[in-house]
Amino acid sequence: MDWITTVDHKKIAVLYLIAGGFFFGIGGIEAILIRIQLMKPMNNFVSAQVFNELITMHGTTMIFLGVMPIIFAVMNAVVPLQIGARDVAFPFVNALGFWTFLFGGLLLNLSWLMGGAPDAGWTSYTPLSGSEYSGTHGVDFYTIGLQIAGLGTLIGGINFLATIITMRAPGMSYMRMPMFTWTTFITSAIILFAFPAITVGLVLLTFDRILGANFFDVAGGGNPVLWQHIFWIFGHPEVYILILPAFGIISEVIPTFARKRLFGYSSMVFATILIAFLGFMVWAHHMFTTGLGTVANALFSISTMLIAVPTGIKIFNWLFTMWGGQIRFTAANLFAVGFVPTFVMGGVTGVMLASAPADFQFHDTYFVVAHFHYVIVGGLVLGLFSGLHYWWPKMFGRVLSETLGKWTFWTFMIGFQLTFFVQHFLGLMGMQRRIVTYLPNQDFDLLNLVSSVGAFLMGVGVILFLVNIVITTRKPADAPNDPWEDGRTLEWSIPSPPPEYNFKQTPLVRGIDAYWKEKMAGHTEMTPAEPVGSIHMPSATPLPFVMSVGIFIAGLGLMFSKDDFGNAFMNGLFNNYIVVIIGLLITFGAMALRSLYDDHGWHIEPEDQDEKGVRT
Amino acid sequence: MTTSHAEPVDGKLPHEPEKATLEGRNKLVGFWLFLGGETVLFGTLFATFLALRGQTNDGPTANELFHLPLVAAATFILLVSSLTSVFAIQAMHKGKRNALALWLSITVVLGLGFLGLEIYEFYEYVKHKEFGMTTSAFSSAFYTLVGFHGAHVAFGIMWIGLIIGQLFRKGLTVVTAPKVYVSAMYWHFIDVVWVFIFTVVYLLGKVG
Ligand code: HEM
Ligand SMILES: [Cu+2]
Repeated sequence: MDWITTVDHKKIAVLYLIAGGFFFGIGGIEAILIRIQLMKPMNNFVSAQVFNELITMHGTTMIFLGVMPIIFAVMNAVVPLQIGARDVAFPFVNALGFWTFLFGGLLLNLSWLMGGAPDAGWTSYTPLSGSEYSGTHGVDFYTIGLQIAGLGTLIGGINFLATIITMRAPGMSYMRMPMFTWTTFITSAIILFAFPAITVGLVLLTFDRILGANFFDVAGGGNPVLWQHIFWIFGHPEVYILILPAFGIISEVIPTFARKRLFGYSSMVFATILIAFLGFMVWAHHMFTTGLGTVANALFSISTMLIAVPTGIKIFNWLFTMWGGQIRFTAANLFAVGFVPTFVMGGVTGVMLASAPADFQFHDTYFVVAHFHYVIVGGLVLGLFSGLHYWWPKMFGRVLSETLGKWTFWTFMIGFQLTFFVQHFLGLMGMQRRIVTYLPNQDFDLLNLVSSVGAFLMGVGVILFLVNIVITTRKPADAPNDPWEDGRTLEWSIPSPPPEYNFKQTPLVRGIDAYWKEKMAGHTEMTPAEPVGSIHMPSATPLPFVMSVGIFIAGLGLMFSKDDFGNAFMNGLFNNYIVVIIGLLITFGAMALRSLYDDHGWHIEPEDQDEKGVRT
Repeated sequence: MTTSHAEPVDGKLPHEPEKATLEGRNKLVGFWLFLGGETVLFGTLFATFLALRGQTNDGPTANELFHLPLVAAATFILLVSSLTSVFAIQAMHKGKRNALALWLSITVVLGLGFLGLEIYEFYEYVKHKEFGMTTSAFSSAFYTLVGFHGAHVAFGIMWIGLIIGQLFRKGLTVVTAPKVYVSAMYWHFIDVVWVFIFTVVYLLGKVG
C-alpha cells in the first residue's frame, strides 16, 4: 500500500528500478529467443510470425519499458540530492508518471496473452503496420500501450525540468550543476520536444487502424513516408534521450575514481547542449533509402556527421580526466572505463552509416544492428550498470559486492563483444536484419553461432548482477554517507539512504563539486543555508495509481471497440465505447477529486529529524 | 528557499498571488514547459495537415466545404473569451473573487458557444456533404487537427469550471491563484492555436 501511494522521489526511483528491471528481463528473454532462432541456419525454433513479434517486442520493450525507466530510476534517486533539494517540483505528477508508464507497459505486454503481439518492427512502418498487413490487435497494443507509457515519460520530463529550474540549493548556479544533473536537464528537454511528435504519430496510426482514417493509406490519399518523418523526428532525438544520461553517469564516475575534477566542465555542458540541438536536425538519416533526393540526403548526411564534433569533445575530456589521475578500478569504474572505447566504436560506425551512399549498402543489414547495439548496449547499458553500482549504496544503504560486480563486468563485456562485434561482418557480408532464418554455407553459420553464445554470456552477466543484489540486500544497511570516500557532489554529504526530507538543512553551494570543495577546506559537512526548522512534506495519495488504471481501461476499451465478441453484452459494452467512457470517468473523477480536496501535506518537526536514513 | 505555504497576511493577498509560494512558481514554470510540448504537438498536426490538405481522394475539397461566416463567428467568440480571461486575471490581481469568478464563467460560456458552433459544423459536413473521417486523407487530417483543438477547448471548459467551484469553496488564496493563472494561460494558448487553424485550414482552404 505504501508503495502504491508514495510520492517520495526516492521510493519512486525504486519503483522505476523494479519495473524497468522487470521489463528489461522480458526484453532480454526475447533477445535470447531471437538468438536461439538465429543460432544455426534453417532453424525452426520459432515460426516466422512469432519471430516478427519477438524482434518487435524486444526493441520496443528494451527502449521504452526497459532502459528508459531505469534511467528515470537513477534520475529520481540522484538529481534532487545533487541539487540540494528536499523534493521534486511535482511529487504527485512524478508518481503519476510512473504509474502511467507501468500500465502502458503492462498493456503492451498483454498482447502476448491476448491474440498476438505487435509484429511490424519497433518502428512500425506503414503500410506494414496498417490493418491490411497487420491484422491482429498487435499494432493496436503498440500504439495504445506506447501512448500511455509515453504520457508518463513526458510528464516525468516536465517534472525534472521544473525541479532543476526552481529547486536548486542556494549557490548552485547552472554552471555549478553536476554533469548528471545537466544531462538529466537536457534529456528532459529533448523528451519535452520529441515525445509530442510520437504522440501525434501514434494517434494518427490509431485513427488509421481503428477509425479507418487515411493518413498513411495511399488508396485514400495518404502518405506512408509521412509516418517515417514523424517517427524519426521523435526517434532520432530518442537515441540522445538514451545516451545523454549515460554520458552524465560516466562524467560522475570517472572523476570520482580518478580523484580529479572533470576535465573541461564547461565544454562538457556546451557539447551536451549542442548534441541535443543537432539531434533534432538529422532525423532523415534513417530515411536515405526512401528516395528523398540527393540534396536532402547530402544535407542530412553532413548534419549527422557534425554531431561527431561535440561527441569527440566529450570523449577527450573523459580521457584527460583519467590522465594522471589516481584511478581506482571499482566495478562502477570498470563499467565507466569500458564504456569509452565501446561507445567510440558505435560512434564510428554511426559516421559510416551517415554517409548516404554507404548507407545504401548497410541499410537493413546486421551492420546496423551491430551499430545501434554498440551505442545502446555498449553505451547506455554499460553506463547504467556503472551508475547502479555507483549509487546503489546511496539508494539502499548497502555497497554491492565488488567481486561479483567485477564478474558481472567481465562476463557482460566479453559477451557483448562476442555478440555484436561479429554482426558488423555479418552485415557487410549481406545478412539482412529482421529475417527469421538464412541458408547454410553463406559464411553466416559460424558468426551467428558466436553471436548467440555471446548473448548467453551477457545473460549470465545480468544474472550475476541479480545475484549480487540478492546477496547485498541480506546484509545490514550500514553504508556511510560517502562510501567511495572520494564523493564530489552533494548526494554524498547526507546519510545513505537519505532521510525522507533529504537535507535537514538546505546546503550552501560554493562551487562545482560542492561537497569535494568543503572536504578540501577541511570540513566534514556542508555549510547550511538555513536554520533547522519544520520541513514541509507532500502527502501520500492513491490518486496517481487510480488515474492510470482508468487510462489503462480506456485504452483496452478503445482497442476492442470494433470487435465482435459473439456475445451481445460484451459487444454492447465495447462497441458503444462504454468501456472507454468508464475508464475516462475513473481518470477524470480522480482528477476532480484531486482538484476539489486540496491536500496541504504535513510537516516534520525538528525533534523528529534524526540523522539515520529512513529505509526504502 | 521556502517550502511552507505562505499564508496571506491578515486576509490580504500578496500583489501577485500566483507567484507567492514555491508551489505556485513551480506550477507556472511547469506549465510554460507543458505549453512547449503542446506547441510541438500542434506543430506536428499542422505539418500533417499541410502535407495532406490536397489529398481529397475525389471527396469534397476545402473550398467546397468551408463556410467562412460561420468560422468567423466562432473565431470572434473565442477571441472575446480570451479577452474575458484577461479581465479575470485583472480582477484576481485586485483581489476581487466574485468578479474573477464572473469573468471566468463568461469565458466558459463563450467557450461552450465556440464548441457548439464547431459541433454544428462537423455535423453539417458529415450529414450533408458526405465528408467523414474516412473520406480522404484531407478529411482525416482536417478532423484530427480541428478536433484536437476542440478537445482542448472542451478540456479547458471542464477545468476552468472546476476552478470556479474551488474559488467558491476555498476562496481566492495563494493556492487557488496559481491555478487560475495557469488555466488562463492555457486558454490563451488554445486561442492562439485557433488563430493558426483559422489561417492555415480555413483561409488557405478558401483561397489556395
Ligand atoms: C542484452 C542483449 C541483447 C541482445 C542479445 C540483443 C539482440 C538483438 C537481436 C538479435 C535483434 C534482432 C535483429 C533483427 O533481426 O533485426 C535485436 C534488435 C533490436 N534490439 Fe537488441 N539485443 C540486446 C539488447 C538490446 C537493448 C538493451 C536494446 C535497447 C535499449 C536493444 C534494442 C534493439 C532494437 C531497437 C532492435 C530493433 C528491433 C527491430 O528491428 O524492430 N537491444 N536485438
Ligand atoms: Cu538517428
